Amino acid sequence: MDVILFLIFAVIAVVCGINVVVQSHPISSAISLIGVMGSLAVLYLLLGAEFLAAAQVIVYAGAIMVLFVFVIMLLNAGSETRRGRSFMAQLLGVPLLIAFLGLMAFFVQRLFPGAADVHFGAFRGGTALAVGRALFTQFLLPFEVVSVLILIAILGAVVLARKELE
Amino acid sequence: MTAGVPLSWYLILSAVLFTLGVAGFVFRRNIITVFMSIELMLNAVNLSFITFSYQLKQVNGHIFSFFVMVVAAAEAAVGLAIILTVFKNRSTLNIDDVSSMKN
Repeated sequence: MDVILFLIFAVIAVVCGINVVVQSHPISSAISLIGVMGSLAVLYLLLGAEFLAAAQVIVYAGAIMVLFVFVIMLLNAGSETRRGRSFMAQLLGVPLLIAFLGLMAFFVQRLFPGAADVHFGAFRGGTALAVGRALFTQFLLPFEVVSVLILIAILGAVVLARKELE
Repeated sequence: MTAGVPLSWYLILSAVLFTLGVAGFVFRRNIITVFMSIELMLNAVNLSFITFSYQLKQVNGHIFSFFVMVVAAAEAAVGLAIILTVFKNRSTLNIDDVSSMKN
């Protein structure tokens, strides 16, 4: 059952991920990216990260992607025009990317040689209780720093996007 | 006990998604799609963090992943505001046309 669920959602994630890259219209890419994020949320759940699966759906698929779709709508972004694309970049880039992927897959295979298989429910440390406890005791300082970061981001977004006064 | 998923499958899926994000970042010309490719890479790294967190039976990876999400949200807000400003000043979304710092 675990394997079937993993395979279904991994295939959805990879197909949607390819779609993000090959679609020429930004709105199609955005919809595909929502598909990637939704299937990743299911995979988080399979790994025992309940809180993060909920946060993934709410923050990523909800808030951030709404922002993207809103900006695409606001700018009336059309399809990408295929000009000025260097042939050399594609010729070199695709083999380099495949080599990069192969290298990463190789090292990842070697990372945990005797790792046990992933079973749903074997790790129960990802509940909101456990995450909250770690966040407010061990990681309190980063949490406070991140709140300052968000404040700065809000101010930056407001300053950048406002209308020029005169 | 039913058959489980090997740990490396999760990590390889993460590597595949990260490579797709790099491909989108390098090959695409639309500034919004480039930005979405960055989000794809961040998601792939989050999957790695959570997989390691499962393997080590610790919650620390979840915290890191949570902070990555927060930073991604802040980045999206500021980045999209920058895209709006660029579009307002230049009326283009093609990153090849935004090259005034090149020379």
